[in-house]
Amino acid sequence: MSSPLYERYLRTLKRKQWLIGLARLSVLAAFLFLWELAARLKWIDPMLTSKPSLLWSSFREMATKGSLLHHTWISTQETLAGIVVSMALGTAIAVLFWWSTFASKVLEPYIVVLNALPKVALGPIFYIWLGDRYSVYGMAVAISVIVTIIMVESGFKEISKTKLKLMESFGATKLQMLRMVLLPASVPHFIATLKVNVGLTLVGVVMGEFLSSKAGLGYLIIYGGQVFQMNLVMVSITMLALLSVILYGLVNLLGRYARKKYHHET
Amino acid sequence: MAGHNERLPTSDTAKQPDHIELKRVGLSYFTPRQETEALRDINLSIGKGEFLSIVGPSGCGKSTLLSLISGMLKPTSGTVMIDGVEVSGTSPKVGYMLQHDHLFEWRDVLSNVTVGAEIRRMDRVKARRKAVELLERYGLGEFVRHAPSQLSGGMRQRVALIRTLVAEPDILLLDEPFSALDYQTRLTLSEEVFHIIKDQGKTAVLVTHDISEAISMADRVMVMTKRPSTISSVREIRFDEGEQLSPWSKRQAGRYHDYFNAIWKELEDHVVSVI
Repeated sequence: MSSPLYERYLRTLKRKQWLIGLARLSVLAAFLFLWELAARLKWIDPMLTSKPSLLWSSFREMATKGSLLHHTWISTQETLAGIVVSMALGTAIAVLFWWSTFASKVLEPYIVVLNALPKVALGPIFYIWLGDRYSVYGMAVAISVIVTIIMVESGFKEISKTKLKLMESFGATKLQMLRMVLLPASVPHFIATLKVNVGLTLVGVVMGEFLSSKAGLGYLIIYGGQVFQMNLVMVSITMLALLSVILYGLVNLLGRYARKKYHHET
Repeated sequence: MAGHNERLPTSDTAKQPDHIELKRVGLSYFTPRQETEALRDINLSIGKGEFLSIVGPSGCGKSTLLSLISGMLKPTSGTVMIDGVEVSGTSPKVGYMLQHDHLFEWRDVLSNVTVGAEIRRMDRVKARRKAVELLERYGLGEFVRHAPSQLSGGMRQRVALIRTLVAEPDILLLDEPFSALDYQTRLTLSEEVFHIIKDQGKTAVLVTHDISEAISMADRVMVMTKRPSTISSVREIRFDEGEQLSPWSKRQAGRYHDYFNAIWKELEDHVVSVI
Protein backbone atom coordinates (compact mmCIF):
# COMPACT_ATOMS: atom_id res chain seq x y z
CA MET A 1 0.00 0.00 0.00
CA SER A 2 2.72 2.45 0.97
CA SER A 3 4.79 4.20 -1.66
CA PRO A 4 8.43 3.19 -2.27
CA LEU A 5 9.50 6.60 -1.04
CA TYR A 6 7.77 6.01 2.28
CA GLU A 7 9.37 2.59 2.60
CA ARG A 8 12.75 4.06 1.98
CA TYR A 9 12.03 6.60 4.70
CA LEU A 10 11.12 3.78 7.11
CA ARG A 11 14.26 1.87 6.18
CA THR A 12 16.52 4.86 6.86
CA LEU A 13 14.74 5.44 10.13
CA LYS A 14 15.31 1.85 11.18
CA ARG A 15 18.92 1.97 10.10
CA LYS A 16 19.49 5.09 12.17
CA GLN A 17 18.06 3.41 15.26
CA TRP A 18 20.27 0.40 14.68
CA LEU A 19 23.28 2.61 14.35
CA ILE A 20 22.51 4.34 17.65
CA GLY A 21 22.13 1.00 19.44
CA LEU A 22 25.34 -0.31 17.94
CA ALA A 23 27.25 2.85 18.88
CA ARG A 24 25.99 2.61 22.44
CA LEU A 25 27.28 -0.95 22.78
CA SER A 26 30.58 0.00 21.15
CA VAL A 27 31.15 2.72 23.72
CA LEU A 28 30.75 0.18 26.52
CA ALA A 29 32.92 -2.39 24.73
CA ALA A 30 35.64 0.17 24.02
CA PHE A 31 35.59 1.33 27.62
CA LEU A 32 35.95 -2.22 28.94
CA PHE A 33 38.63 -3.04 26.37
CA LEU A 34 40.70 0.05 27.19
CA TRP A 35 40.34 -0.60 30.89
CA GLU A 36 41.52 -4.20 30.50
CA LEU A 37 44.35 -3.19 28.18
CA ALA A 38 45.53 -0.36 30.44
CA ALA A 39 45.52 -2.64 33.46
CA ARG A 40 47.38 -5.44 31.70
CA LEU A 41 50.04 -3.15 30.25
CA LYS A 42 50.41 -1.53 33.68
CA TRP A 43 49.45 1.92 32.42
CA ILE A 44 47.28 1.96 35.50
CA ASP A 45 47.67 0.06 38.74
CA PRO A 46 45.22 -2.91 38.81
CA MET A 47 45.41 -2.82 42.59
CA LEU A 48 43.61 0.51 42.47
CA THR A 49 41.42 0.09 39.41
CA SER A 50 40.87 -3.66 39.15
CA LYS A 51 40.11 -4.85 35.60
CA PRO A 52 37.13 -6.26 33.71
CA SER A 53 38.39 -9.87 33.48
CA LEU A 54 39.07 -9.90 37.20
CA LEU A 55 35.64 -8.41 37.86
CA TRP A 56 34.02 -11.14 35.84
CA SER A 57 35.82 -13.94 37.69
CA SER A 58 35.11 -12.44 41.08
CA PHE A 59 31.49 -11.89 40.05
CA ARG A 60 31.21 -15.59 39.19
CA GLU A 61 32.88 -16.59 42.41
CA MET A 62 30.72 -14.30 44.53
CA ALA A 63 27.56 -15.27 42.72
CA THR A 64 28.10 -18.99 43.08
CA LYS A 65 29.00 -18.67 46.71
CA GLY A 66 25.68 -16.94 47.10
CA SER A 67 26.70 -13.87 49.04
CA LEU A 68 26.51 -11.37 46.14
CA LEU A 69 23.04 -12.34 45.05
CA HIS A 70 21.93 -12.33 48.66
CA HIS A 71 23.23 -8.77 49.17
CA THR A 72 21.70 -7.64 45.87
CA TRP A 73 18.37 -9.13 46.88
CA ILE A 74 18.48 -7.32 50.23
CA SER A 75 19.09 -3.99 48.50
CA THR A 76 16.35 -4.70 45.94
CA GLN A 77 13.87 -5.44 48.69
CA GLU A 78 14.81 -2.31 50.58
CA THR A 79 14.50 -0.21 47.44
CA LEU A 80 11.12 -1.63 46.44
CA ALA A 81 9.74 -1.22 49.93
CA GLY A 82 11.13 2.31 50.08
CA ILE A 83 9.50 3.24 46.75
CA VAL A 84 6.13 1.77 47.72
CA VAL A 85 6.08 3.40 51.15
CA SER A 86 7.19 6.82 49.96
CA MET A 87 4.76 6.80 47.02
CA ALA A 88 1.87 5.84 49.27
CA LEU A 89 2.81 8.16 52.11
CA GLY A 90 3.70 11.05 49.79
CA THR A 91 0.46 10.73 47.83
CA ALA A 92 -1.56 10.52 51.05
CA ILE A 93 0.04 13.70 52.37
CA ALA A 94 -0.44 15.48 49.01
CA VAL A 95 -4.12 14.49 49.12
CA LEU A 96 -4.38 15.87 52.65
CA PHE A 97 -2.87 19.16 51.45
CA TRP A 98 -5.40 19.32 48.59
CA TRP A 99 -8.24 18.44 50.93
CA SER A 100 -7.41 21.04 53.52
CA THR A 101 -5.96 24.32 52.30
CA PHE A 102 -5.49 25.20 55.95
CA ALA A 103 -3.27 22.18 56.59
CA SER A 104 -1.29 22.85 53.44
CA LYS A 105 -0.75 26.50 54.37
CA VAL A 106 0.27 25.58 57.92
CA LEU A 107 2.69 22.81 56.91
CA GLU A 108 4.17 24.44 53.82
CA PRO A 109 7.25 25.98 55.53
CA TYR A 110 8.01 22.68 57.24
CA ILE A 111 7.96 20.87 53.92
CA VAL A 112 10.30 23.46 52.46
CA VAL A 113 12.75 23.05 55.34
CA LEU A 114 12.54 19.25 55.28
CA ASN A 115 13.13 19.27 51.53
CA ALA A 116 16.25 21.39 51.90
CA LEU A 117 17.62 19.43 54.87
CA PRO A 118 20.27 16.85 53.85
CA LYS A 119 18.57 13.63 54.84
CA VAL A 120 21.91 11.89 55.45
CA ALA A 121 22.18 13.98 58.58
CA LEU A 122 19.27 11.99 59.98
CA GLY A 123 21.25 8.74 59.68
CA PRO A 124 22.31 8.41 63.32
CA ILE A 125 18.77 9.17 64.49
CA PHE A 126 17.33 6.46 62.29
CA TYR A 127 20.01 4.06 63.50
CA ILE A 128 19.19 4.67 67.13
CA TRP A 129 15.44 4.62 66.64
CA LEU A 130 15.07 1.85 64.09
CA GLY A 131 18.14 -0.35 64.47
CA ASP A 132 20.63 -1.41 61.81
CA ARG A 133 18.09 -3.10 59.53
CA TYR A 134 15.13 -0.74 59.51
CA SER A 135 17.16 2.45 59.53
CA VAL A 136 17.89 1.70 55.85
CA TYR A 137 14.17 1.85 55.11
CA GLY A 138 13.95 5.04 57.12
CA MET A 139 16.68 6.66 55.06
CA ALA A 140 15.17 5.47 51.76
CA VAL A 141 11.74 6.88 52.62
CA ALA A 142 13.14 10.11 54.09
CA ILE A 143 14.98 10.89 50.89
CA SER A 144 12.10 10.25 48.49
CA VAL A 145 8.92 11.08 50.39
CA ILE A 146 9.26 14.88 50.40
CA VAL A 147 9.91 14.99 46.67
CA THR A 148 6.90 12.73 46.17
CA ILE A 149 4.69 15.11 48.12
CA ILE A 150 5.91 18.11 46.15
CA MET A 151 5.60 16.43 42.75
CA VAL A 152 2.18 14.88 43.33
CA GLU A 153 0.87 18.11 44.81
CA SER A 154 2.06 20.15 41.84
CA GLY A 155 0.35 17.58 39.61
CA PHE A 156 -2.91 18.16 41.48
CA LYS A 157 -2.50 21.89 41.02
CA GLU A 158 -2.10 21.51 37.27
CA ILE A 159 -5.52 19.91 36.93
CA SER A 160 -7.77 22.62 35.58
CA LYS A 161 -10.06 24.29 38.07
CA THR A 162 -12.94 24.11 35.61
CA LYS A 163 -12.74 20.31 35.53
CA LEU A 164 -13.44 20.43 39.24
CA LYS A 165 -16.11 23.06 38.64
CA LEU A 166 -17.80 20.64 36.30
CA MET A 167 -17.70 18.00 39.04
CA GLU A 168 -19.06 20.55 41.48
CA SER A 169 -21.93 21.40 39.16
CA PHE A 170 -23.02 17.78 39.42
CA GLY A 171 -22.84 18.11 43.19
CA ALA A 172 -19.71 15.98 43.59
CA THR A 173 -18.22 15.49 47.05
CA LYS A 174 -14.49 15.98 47.67
CA LEU A 175 -14.02 12.23 47.80
CA GLN A 176 -15.69 11.85 44.39
CA MET A 177 -13.49 14.61 42.94
CA LEU A 178 -10.46 12.81 44.30
CA ARG A 179 -11.46 9.42 43.00
CA MET A 180 -12.92 10.47 39.65
CA VAL A 181 -10.66 13.36 38.64
CA LEU A 182 -7.57 14.00 40.76
CA LEU A 183 -6.17 10.49 40.94
CA PRO A 184 -6.81 9.38 37.35
CA ALA A 185 -5.74 12.75 35.96
CA SER A 186 -2.49 12.46 37.91
CA VAL A 187 -1.41 9.16 36.39
CA PRO A 188 1.31 10.79 34.23
CA HIS A 189 2.54 12.63 37.31
CA PHE A 190 2.63 9.43 39.33
CA ILE A 191 4.76 7.82 36.64
CA ALA A 192 7.13 10.80 36.54
CA THR A 193 7.35 10.76 40.33
CA LEU A 194 8.03 7.03 40.29
CA LYS A 195 10.92 7.56 37.86
CA VAL A 196 12.49 10.15 40.12
CA ASN A 197 11.86 7.94 43.14
CA VAL A 198 13.71 4.95 41.68
CA GLY A 199 16.89 7.01 41.68
CA LEU A 200 16.30 8.75 44.98
CA THR A 201 15.30 5.63 46.88
CA LEU A 202 18.41 3.84 45.66
CA VAL A 203 20.47 6.73 46.99
CA GLY A 204 18.65 6.42 50.29
CA VAL A 205 19.16 2.68 50.48
CA VAL A 206 22.89 2.80 49.70
CA MET A 207 23.33 5.71 52.09
CA GLY A 208 21.49 3.82 54.81
CA GLU A 209 23.59 0.74 54.20
CA PHE A 210 26.80 2.79 54.29
CA LEU A 211 25.87 4.14 57.68
CA SER A 212 24.66 1.14 59.57
CA SER A 213 23.71 -2.08 57.88
CA LYS A 214 25.20 -5.57 57.91
CA ALA A 215 23.98 -6.53 54.45
CA GLY A 216 23.20 -5.10 51.03
CA LEU A 217 25.23 -3.67 48.17
CA GLY A 218 26.01 -0.48 50.07
CA TYR A 219 27.45 -2.57 52.87
CA LEU A 220 29.55 -4.56 50.38
CA ILE A 221 30.92 -1.38 48.85
CA ILE A 222 31.92 0.09 52.20
CA TYR A 223 33.34 -3.24 53.36
CA GLY A 224 35.27 -3.71 50.11
CA GLY A 225 36.73 -0.23 50.50
CA GLN A 226 37.79 -0.89 54.08
CA VAL A 227 39.60 -4.15 53.26
CA PHE A 228 41.00 -2.65 50.04
CA GLN A 229 39.25 -5.12 47.74
CA MET A 230 38.55 -3.10 44.62
CA ASN A 231 36.99 -6.13 42.88
CA LEU A 232 34.32 -6.29 45.50
CA VAL A 233 33.62 -2.57 45.26
CA MET A 234 33.47 -2.56 41.48
CA VAL A 235 31.30 -5.66 41.22
CA SER A 236 28.88 -4.21 43.77
CA ILE A 237 28.71 -0.93 41.89
CA THR A 238 28.02 -2.83 38.66
CA MET A 239 25.20 -4.73 40.37
CA LEU A 240 23.82 -1.43 41.64
CA ALA A 241 23.86 -0.01 38.10
CA LEU A 242 22.10 -3.13 36.83
CA LEU A 243 19.51 -2.89 39.58
CA SER A 244 18.72 0.71 38.70
CA VAL A 245 18.47 -0.12 35.00
CA ILE A 246 16.02 -2.92 35.73
CA LEU A 247 13.90 -0.82 38.08
CA TYR A 248 13.85 2.05 35.62
CA GLY A 249 12.82 -0.33 32.84
CA LEU A 250 10.00 -1.69 35.01
CA VAL A 251 8.72 1.81 35.73
CA ASN A 252 8.83 2.57 32.01
CA LEU A 253 6.77 -0.53 31.26
CA LEU A 254 4.31 0.37 33.99
CA GLY A 255 4.10 3.89 32.58
CA ARG A 256 3.39 2.62 29.09
CA TYR A 257 0.67 0.33 30.41
CA ALA A 258 -0.91 3.09 32.50
CA ARG A 259 -0.83 5.52 29.58
CA LYS A 260 -2.58 3.01 27.39
CA LYS A 261 -5.15 2.22 30.03
CA TYR A 262 -5.88 5.85 30.76
CA HIS A 263 -5.74 7.10 27.15
CA HIS A 264 -3.21 9.74 28.04
CA GLU A 265 -1.45 10.92 24.94
CA THR A 266 2.29 10.64 25.05
CA MET B 1 -42.72 25.19 22.51
CA ALA B 2 -46.16 26.75 22.32
CA GLY B 3 -46.87 27.98 25.83
CA HIS B 4 -43.95 30.24 26.59
CA ASN B 5 -44.24 32.37 23.51
CA GLU B 6 -47.12 34.27 25.04
CA ARG B 7 -44.90 35.32 27.90
CA LEU B 8 -44.40 39.00 28.47
CA PRO B 9 -40.89 40.45 28.51
CA THR B 10 -41.17 41.12 32.21
CA SER B 11 -43.00 38.22 33.70
CA ASP B 12 -43.68 39.71 37.11
CA THR B 13 -47.32 39.58 36.15
CA ALA B 14 -47.31 35.87 35.27
CA LYS B 15 -49.81 33.84 37.24
CA GLN B 16 -48.18 30.44 37.60
CA PRO B 17 -45.03 30.21 39.75
CA ASP B 18 -41.93 30.75 37.68
CA HIS B 19 -39.40 28.06 37.02
CA ILE B 20 -36.36 30.14 37.86
CA GLU B 21 -36.78 33.32 39.81
CA LEU B 22 -34.19 35.85 40.96
CA LYS B 23 -35.35 38.51 43.39
CA ARG B 24 -33.21 41.57 44.11
CA VAL B 25 -30.08 39.47 43.73
CA GLY B 26 -26.75 41.10 44.42
CA LEU B 27 -23.27 39.63 44.59
CA SER B 28 -19.95 41.00 45.73
CA TYR B 29 -16.54 39.39 45.52
CA PHE B 30 -14.02 39.93 48.24
CA THR B 31 -10.29 39.83 47.72
CA PRO B 32 -7.65 41.05 50.20
CA ARG B 33 -7.15 44.14 48.01
CA GLN B 34 -10.72 45.15 47.39
CA GLU B 35 -14.39 44.45 47.33
CA THR B 36 -15.96 44.11 43.89
CA GLU B 37 -19.64 44.46 43.37
CA ALA B 38 -20.38 42.16 40.44
CA LEU B 39 -24.17 42.07 40.34
CA ARG B 40 -26.70 44.54 41.67
CA ASP B 41 -30.41 44.21 42.06
CA ILE B 42 -31.13 41.52 39.49
CA ASN B 43 -34.81 40.65 39.12
CA LEU B 44 -35.49 37.97 36.59
CA SER B 45 -37.87 35.13 36.02
CA ILE B 46 -37.65 32.39 33.47
CA GLY B 47 -40.51 30.09 32.50
CA LYS B 48 -40.49 26.37 31.91
CA GLY B 49 -39.17 25.41 28.50
CA GLU B 50 -37.98 28.92 27.82
CA PHE B 51 -34.63 29.73 26.20
CA LEU B 52 -32.99 32.88 27.55
CA SER B 53 -29.75 34.35 26.23
CA ILE B 54 -27.63 36.72 28.23
CA VAL B 55 -25.20 39.15 26.59
CA GLY B 56 -23.16 41.92 28.13
CA PRO B 57 -19.71 43.48 28.21
CA SER B 58 -16.81 41.21 29.21
CA GLY B 59 -16.45 40.70 32.91
CA CYS B 60 -19.95 41.94 33.64
CA GLY B 61 -20.88 38.91 35.69
CA LYS B 62 -22.86 36.87 33.18
CA SER B 63 -21.19 33.65 34.22
CA THR B 64 -21.57 34.62 37.86
CA LEU B 65 -25.30 34.77 37.28
CA LEU B 66 -25.22 31.18 36.05
CA SER B 67 -23.20 30.10 39.08
CA LEU B 68 -25.88 31.67 41.26
CA ILE B 69 -28.67 29.77 39.53
CA SER B 70 -26.67 26.54 39.76
CA GLY B 71 -26.21 27.02 43.48
CA MET B 72 -22.41 26.96 43.29
CA LEU B 73 -22.36 30.56 44.50
CA LYS B 74 -24.53 32.14 47.15
CA PRO B 75 -25.88 35.63 46.49
CA THR B 76 -24.70 38.33 48.88
CA SER B 77 -28.23 39.69 48.91
CA GLY B 78 -31.60 38.63 47.55
CA THR B 79 -32.84 35.15 46.72
CA VAL B 80 -32.61 32.67 43.86
CA MET B 81 -35.52 30.26 43.59
CA ILE B 82 -36.11 27.22 41.42
CA ASP B 83 -39.71 25.96 41.30
CA GLY B 84 -40.53 28.15 44.27
CA VAL B 85 -37.78 26.74 46.48
CA GLU B 86 -34.77 28.80 47.47
CA VAL B 87 -31.55 27.49 45.98
CA SER B 88 -28.98 26.29 48.49
CA GLY B 89 -26.21 24.28 46.93
CA THR B 90 -26.24 22.40 43.65
CA SER B 91 -29.43 20.73 42.58
CA PRO B 92 -30.10 17.75 40.30
CA LYS B 93 -32.57 19.99 38.49
CA VAL B 94 -29.74 22.05 37.03
CA GLY B 95 -27.18 20.98 34.43
CA TYR B 96 -24.12 23.03 33.52
CA MET B 97 -22.35 23.18 30.18
CA LEU B 98 -19.01 24.96 30.12
CA GLN B 99 -16.88 26.59 27.48
CA HIS B 100 -14.54 23.61 27.37
CA ASP B 101 -15.91 20.12 27.24
CA HIS B 102 -13.57 18.81 29.97
CA LEU B 103 -14.10 15.26 28.90
CA PHE B 104 -11.97 12.90 30.97
CA GLU B 105 -9.25 11.43 28.75
CA TRP B 106 -9.05 8.36 30.94
CA ARG B 107 -12.65 7.40 30.20
CA ASP B 108 -14.26 6.44 26.92
CA VAL B 109 -17.20 8.40 25.52
CA LEU B 110 -19.85 6.27 27.21
CA SER B 111 -18.35 6.44 30.68
CA ASN B 112 -17.74 10.16 30.18
CA VAL B 113 -21.41 10.87 29.57
CA THR B 114 -22.42 8.90 32.66
CA VAL B 115 -20.13 10.92 34.96
CA GLY B 116 -22.97 13.10 36.26
CA ALA B 117 -25.22 10.11 36.86
CA GLU B 118 -22.37 8.38 38.66
CA ILE B 119 -21.78 11.35 40.95
CA ARG B 120 -25.46 11.57 41.76
CA ARG B 121 -25.59 7.83 42.37
CA MET B 122 -28.37 7.34 39.85
CA ASP B 123 -29.30 3.86 38.68
CA ARG B 124 -26.23 2.73 36.73
CA VAL B 125 -28.03 0.51 34.23
CA LYS B 126 -30.70 3.10 33.53
CA ALA B 127 -28.13 5.85 33.11
CA ARG B 128 -26.11 3.75 30.67
CA ARG B 129 -29.20 2.92 28.67
CA LYS B 130 -30.20 6.56 28.51
CA ALA B 131 -26.63 7.53 27.59
CA VAL B 132 -26.46 5.07 24.71
CA GLU B 133 -29.88 6.14 23.51
CA LEU B 134 -28.93 9.83 23.50
CA LEU B 135 -25.56 9.19 21.89
CA GLU B 136 -27.26 7.19 19.15
CA ARG B 137 -30.02 9.73 18.63
CA TYR B 138 -27.55 12.59 18.27
CA GLY B 139 -25.21 10.88 15.88
CA LEU B 140 -22.50 9.60 18.22
CA GLY B 141 -23.64 5.98 18.35
CA GLU B 142 -20.54 4.60 16.72
CA PHE B 143 -18.19 6.49 19.05
CA VAL B 144 -19.46 5.01 22.31
CA ARG B 145 -16.20 3.17 22.95
CA HIS B 146 -13.89 5.83 21.51
CA ALA B 147 -11.49 7.91 23.55
CA PRO B 148 -12.35 11.62 23.71
CA SER B 149 -9.09 12.44 21.92
CA GLN B 150 -10.41 10.66 18.85
CA LEU B 151 -13.33 13.08 18.47
CA SER B 152 -13.46 16.51 16.82
CA GLY B 153 -14.09 19.66 18.86
CA GLY B 154 -17.74 19.85 17.86
CA MET B 155 -18.33 16.20 18.65
CA ARG B 156 -16.67 16.59 22.03
CA GLN B 157 -18.99 19.48 22.88
CA ARG B 158 -21.99 17.36 21.85
CA VAL B 159 -20.74 14.61 24.14
CA ALA B 160 -20.48 17.21 26.91
CA LEU B 161 -24.09 18.22 26.33
CA ILE B 162 -25.22 14.62 26.45
CA ARG B 163 -23.24 14.19 29.70
CA THR B 164 -25.36 16.99 31.12
CA LEU B 165 -28.58 15.50 29.75
CA VAL B 166 -27.94 12.01 31.14
CA ALA B 167 -28.14 13.50 34.64
CA GLU B 168 -31.71 14.54 33.70
CA PRO B 169 -31.79 18.23 34.61
CA ASP B 170 -34.82 20.44 33.88
CA ILE B 171 -32.64 23.48 33.43
CA LEU B 172 -29.52 23.79 31.28
CA LEU B 173 -27.02 26.52 31.98
CA LEU B 174 -24.80 27.11 28.97
CA ASP B 175 -21.70 29.16 29.70
CA GLU B 176 -20.34 30.16 26.29
CA PRO B 177 -20.38 26.56 25.16
CA PHE B 178 -19.40 27.34 21.57
CA SER B 179 -16.77 30.02 22.01
CA ALA B 180 -13.80 27.65 21.86
CA LEU B 181 -14.87 26.28 18.48
CA ASP B 182 -14.14 27.47 14.96
CA TYR B 183 -16.84 29.52 13.27
CA GLN B 184 -18.25 26.79 11.07
CA THR B 185 -18.46 24.20 13.82
CA ARG B 186 -19.97 26.85 16.02
CA LEU B 187 -22.86 27.50 13.64
CA THR B 188 -23.57 23.83 13.06
CA LEU B 189 -23.30 22.94 16.71
CA SER B 190 -25.48 25.79 17.96
CA GLU B 191 -28.11 24.59 15.50
CA GLU B 192 -27.79 21.04 16.82
CA VAL B 193 -27.76 22.02 20.46
CA PHE B 194 -30.84 24.17 19.93
CA HIS B 195 -32.73 21.23 18.48
CA ILE B 196 -31.54 18.86 21.20
CA ILE B 197 -32.66 21.27 23.93
CA LYS B 198 -36.08 21.85 22.33
CA ASP B 199 -36.41 18.16 21.61
CA GLN B 200 -35.74 17.35 25.27
CA GLY B 201 -38.04 20.15 26.43
CA LYS B 202 -35.43 21.76 28.70
CA THR B 203 -35.29 25.28 30.03
CA ALA B 204 -32.05 26.91 28.94
CA VAL B 205 -30.00 29.94 29.92
CA LEU B 206 -27.19 30.76 27.50
CA VAL B 207 -24.38 33.16 28.26
CA THR B 208 -22.57 34.35 25.15
CA HIS B 209 -20.49 37.12 23.60
CA ASP B 210 -22.00 36.45 20.23
CA ILE B 211 -25.07 38.62 19.59
CA SER B 212 -26.26 36.62 16.60
CA GLU B 213 -25.96 33.41 18.58
CA ALA B 214 -27.98 35.00 21.37
CA ILE B 215 -30.75 36.13 19.02
CA SER B 216 -30.92 33.00 16.91
CA MET B 217 -31.19 30.57 19.82
CA ALA B 218 -33.32 32.32 22.38
CA ASP B 219 -36.91 33.27 23.06
CA ARG B 220 -35.65 36.27 25.00
CA VAL B 221 -32.35 38.10 25.04
CA MET B 222 -31.23 39.86 28.19
CA VAL B 223 -28.61 42.61 27.98
CA MET B 224 -26.53 43.39 31.04
CA THR B 225 -24.64 46.55 31.88
CA LYS B 226 -21.01 46.90 32.94
CA ARG B 227 -20.04 46.24 36.56
CA PRO B 228 -21.81 46.50 38.95
CA SER B 229 -24.05 44.71 36.57
CA THR B 230 -27.75 45.28 36.33
CA ILE B 231 -30.26 44.26 33.71
CA SER B 232 -30.22 46.78 30.90
CA SER B 233 -33.07 45.24 28.93
CA VAL B 234 -34.89 42.01 28.21
CA ARG B 235 -36.12 41.60 24.65
CA GLU B 236 -38.62 39.11 23.41
CA ILE B 237 -37.41 37.67 20.11
CA ARG B 238 -40.23 37.10 17.66
CA PHE B 239 -40.27 36.69 13.94
CA ASP B 240 -43.08 37.12 11.48
CA GLU B 241 -41.83 34.07 9.60
CA GLY B 242 -43.20 31.71 12.26
CA GLU B 243 -43.00 30.49 15.82
CA GLN B 244 -40.74 27.50 15.47
CA LEU B 245 -37.81 28.75 13.45
CA SER B 246 -34.44 27.10 13.74
CA PRO B 247 -31.44 29.28 14.63
CA TRP B 248 -30.33 29.08 11.00
CA SER B 249 -33.60 30.38 9.59
CA LYS B 250 -33.80 33.02 12.32
CA ARG B 251 -30.50 34.39 11.03
CA GLN B 252 -32.21 34.88 7.65
CA ALA B 253 -35.46 36.20 9.09
CA GLY B 254 -36.68 39.74 8.49
CA ARG B 255 -36.38 41.29 11.93
CA TYR B 256 -33.08 39.59 12.75
CA HIS B 257 -31.00 42.60 11.79
CA ASP B 258 -33.20 44.98 13.72
CA TYR B 259 -32.66 42.92 16.83
CA PHE B 260 -28.96 42.66 16.12
CA ASN B 261 -28.53 46.40 15.62
CA ALA B 262 -30.58 47.28 18.66
CA ILE B 263 -28.60 44.98 20.93
CA TRP B 264 -25.31 46.06 19.36
CA LYS B 265 -26.18 49.69 19.99
CA GLU B 266 -27.16 48.97 23.55
CA LEU B 267 -23.96 47.03 24.25
CA GLU B 268 -21.87 49.71 22.61
CA ASP B 269 -23.25 52.29 24.99
CA HIS B 270 -22.22 50.14 27.94
CA VAL B 271 -18.80 49.38 26.54
CA VAL B 272 -18.10 53.01 25.68
CA SER B 273 -19.12 54.15 29.13
CA VAL B 274 -16.54 51.74 30.55
CA ILE B 275 -13.78 53.44 28.59
